[in-house]
Amino acid sequence: MHSSLSLSFSSSTAIPRSGHSSELSCAAPPSPLNLRFCGLRREALGFSSPKRNDSCRVIVSSRGRFKKVSASVSDNGSAPKAFDYDLVIIGAGVGGHGAALHAVEKGLKTAIIEGDVVGGTCVNRGCVPSKALLAVSGRMRELQSEHHLKALGLQVSAAGYDRQGVADHANNLASKIRNNLTNSMKALGVDILTGVGTILGPQKVKYGKVGFSENVITAKNIIIATGSVPFVPKGIEVDGKTVITSDHALKLESVPDWIAIVGSGYIGLEFSDVYTALGSEVTFIEALDQLMPGFDPEIGKLAQRVLINPRKIDYHTGVFASKITPAKDGKPVRIELIDAKTKEPKDALEVDAALIATGRAPFTNGLGLENISVVTQRGFIPVDERMRVIDADGNLVPHLYCIGDANGKMMLAHAASAQGISVVEQVTGKDHVLNHLSIPAACFTHPEISMVGLTEPQAREKAEKEGFEVSVAKTSFKANTKALAENEGEGLAKLIYRPDNGEILGVHIFGLHAADLIHEASNAIALGTRIQDIKFAVHAHPTLSEVLDELFKSAKVHAHVPSPVSEPVTV
Amino acid sequence: MSQLLHLGTSFVPSSSSALRRNPTSSPAIHISGNKRTTIQAKIREIFMPALSSTMTEGKIVSWVKSEGDKLSKGESVVVVESDKADMDVETFYDGYLAAIMVEEGGVAAVGSAIALLAETEDEIAEARSKANTSPSSSPPSPAAAAAAPEESVGAPEKAAPVKAAATVTVAKMASSVHPASEGGKRIVASPYAKKLAKELNVDLGNVVGSGPMGRIVAKDVEAAAAAGVSVAAEDPKPSPSSAPVKAPASTGIELGTVVPFTTMQGAVSRNMVDSLTVPTFRVGYTITTDALDALYKKIKSKGVTMTALLAKATALALVKHPVVNSSCRDGKSFTYNSSINIAVAVAIDGGLITPVLQDADKVDIYSLSRKWKELVDKARAKQLQPHEYNTGTFTLSNLGMFGVDRFDAILPPGTGAIMAVGASEPTVVATKDGRIGMKSQMQVNVTADHRVIYGADLASFLQTLAKIIEDPKDLTF
Repeated sequence: MHSSLSLSFSSSTAIPRSGHSSELSCAAPPSPLNLRFCGLRREALGFSSPKRNDSCRVIVSSRGRFKKVSASVSDNGSAPKAFDYDLVIIGAGVGGHGAALHAVEKGLKTAIIEGDVVGGTCVNRGCVPSKALLAVSGRMRELQSEHHLKALGLQVSAAGYDRQGVADHANNLASKIRNNLTNSMKALGVDILTGVGTILGPQKVKYGKVGFSENVITAKNIIIATGSVPFVPKGIEVDGKTVITSDHALKLESVPDWIAIVGSGYIGLEFSDVYTALGSEVTFIEALDQLMPGFDPEIGKLAQRVLINPRKIDYHTGVFASKITPAKDGKPVRIELIDAKTKEPKDALEVDAALIATGRAPFTNGLGLENISVVTQRGFIPVDERMRVIDADGNLVPHLYCIGDANGKMMLAHAASAQGISVVEQVTGKDHVLNHLSIPAACFTHPEISMVGLTEPQAREKAEKEGFEVSVAKTSFKANTKALAENEGEGLAKLIYRPDNGEILGVHIFGLHAADLIHEASNAIALGTRIQDIKFAVHAHPTLSEVLDELFKSAKVHAHVPSPVSEPVTV
Repeated sequence: MSQLLHLGTSFVPSSSSALRRNPTSSPAIHISGNKRTTIQAKIREIFMPALSSTMTEGKIVSWVKSEGDKLSKGESVVVVESDKADMDVETFYDGYLAAIMVEEGGVAAVGSAIALLAETEDEIAEARSKANTSPSSSPPSPAAAAAAPEESVGAPEKAAPVKAAATVTVAKMASSVHPASEGGKRIVASPYAKKLAKELNVDLGNVVGSGPMGRIVAKDVEAAAAAGVSVAAEDPKPSPSSAPVKAPASTGIELGTVVPFTTMQGAVSRNMVDSLTVPTFRVGYTITTDALDALYKKIKSKGVTMTALLAKATALALVKHPVVNSSCRDGKSFTYNSSINIAVAVAIDGGLITPVLQDADKVDIYSLSRKWKELVDKARAKQLQPHEYNTGTFTLSNLGMFGVDRFDAILPPGTGAIMAVGASEPTVVATKDGRIGMKSQMQVNVTADHRVIYGADLASFLQTLAKIIEDPKDLTF
């Protein structure tokens, strides 16, 4: 009875598909992937009849073009509620939290599975505790800068710090934010399920603590948001005491006299700020030819002049740390350097500690991806621009999404959250594609660095390809009243734009409170606001935001060409 | 308008304002062929560019290239700080950076030469000798001399003689060789130590490391610099705030050397020269100290010092003679200072400092003594805050401990008077009743600014002071 019903259902959906698509017909021979699906489906059939109904539709989708089918499924809001949840999110980091909150707002019955602590990397071992340490380092820096204080007419006698007190501040902040996150989800009625989540098949997840009985739940849609862990290149032995990752460093169990930081990206740079303020000397080890790769070159150069050169920091560029041995038996940490290109041994360093800040690796092991035929790429889960998971054959896996560091599109907490919200929009019937070029990024050194959109070389490359002109405008913090009042005139804001239509391609800021200033630019990009329009917006005087005001006003847009807001671009 | 650097491509300023300033030359780095040497016009001068319409001089933030580096057209050579922003400046010519004439941190007027560019490698030496004979217009740059390979002639005063010492390297191998240094082949030094060594021109090969595993740390480099293992030609950063105290240790004075002033010596020198503009006069007085000595003996055990007693007595006398506690700064008016802050001159190694006992008239003698001890400790540790040494309204200078019986002090600018205190010595005196007796007496000699303090003022002040010291019961309240 049920099966016949579902058969008719399936044919009705499948026919129009084959009608306007030649890519995959219903008659396509089932690949091993499809067989697997079917096998799993049979298990599902044993559970309950309403479920069977739904799963049959899925069988169809696995044969046909996933994209359209899943869309039709989500459109079909009147389908009987046969799942334990509308949405299950695996991983309660910032991405999962953002998705859960938005899902509740949209009326979805939502659960979140967390195997470790709520808050994930950002709250417990990342952005949040590091901001606590950076708040301390910023103040230490101010108090130690006699020259700066003198210019303000201030006198402060020798500033000191208590390491444990600083560490406690970071730890307390993390637990406070963690509680806030947990409470906000509980208050809204999100079920927090404890244990490691594993995907058993489409729309089915099991979770449970090791050694305890496992629970299986079904969900209409599943979001993978398992995040990432510090990446440690091979040859490096992490002991958590003298050779550490950001996870250990944030506990600030020691402040070594001399610490080598492997990698000069955001993480490395922020820690160099913390360590040098607390009295350490730092050696950067960077595989690329210049420090701070990934930043706009001009910003990187200025940042190096302010954040590296005058501080107790030296660096080796174009080298790999091929082997790092922790300190033991009275021997220091030993780092062997090889040339990044020729792989020839180049140098060796003996330091008190080494921090591995070579980036982050996706945490996707044990997710049961093999059950749905998804193969990770360097650990990342492949997704399309709508965060829909792509399987080994390049087909979309229905009802399965992956957001945040696990998909590697943009490894930032707020990007994960934005992706999660985008997914919830989609599963509740509204197509949504996130414009990753409108997502700002910030590095919380003193002063801060922030950016959104393209760097100048990226913009020029794109311009070359697409045949448009690129212009650059810059303003200095030296010309800003508020910055001068704070005696923090060091800084630069840079706008990369199209002079023909006034489109903002990228904004990069290095200076006081740059991380807070970037949002005017990122909002403009997200909303498609043109320079010729935003330059009439008024800024309070005197504020740092006038740096951006000046920036927009200094841009020369040729004509007021009314042009449609560009399509969202993904990366 | 001028605060916006609207740049088309690179760091080359393209604003019309820059063009206006130099209508004939390119707006980028101003390199011109040297007209006088047309035969070998291959050596070009690099000028300080005008980066904004209001810019009259620029500060060299950093040289991106070093002397001898090959430059190709369009490469950044130097970072210049204008009144608005720091900007990279690039060259319009290929060649070699032959000589840097304005070092990092130096300031040069727009249009003045900051470096020389040679077209071929062979011309580098020639360019350098030229750099030497035509010193840059930049005042704070003794750099032109440093750039010259031979002893310079017209170099700024302090540079040359010490430079000779720079070549004297002490053949002292590191006694505790770092285990990782592969028998001394590799030098292990902390990042800051390396930076300091570069700044102070110290050869790390000759420095003994005292850090973990024999690592060279910052203080080793500082010690080496002070000991003159290889002395810097000059302080690379001429800014007074950053000049570390590198006074040679008293034991290791090298006779016949010329030593630049330390920051403190420079400050003392300036003050002393300034003092010549003040018309001063002196009044002396002999004070009997028997009663004071007796009091001192009595309360010494409570931590009271003679300096505190003298400061207290002086302060109490000043209460009655506010004019002596006044100061004249502009020659047109004078200020009756609201508090009595007694500055006491203290010799510390390499100079002189005057810690201040604030409100010495109001603070009780015990607190004052404690305060004095604290100030002296801080002065020795070089941790005195500015308000602790520059707020004095009256200065005491005591050389009595050396047996000096009388001397004469120079009035520090900005104060009204200074009192030189000699040793208190047993003296045979005739008393009014015709007897001869022995009393301890000390001579004090006050130097004062005659624009505001007259002879009678000082005389009556000294009389009051003598009364207080000869009957010191008020000192302890």
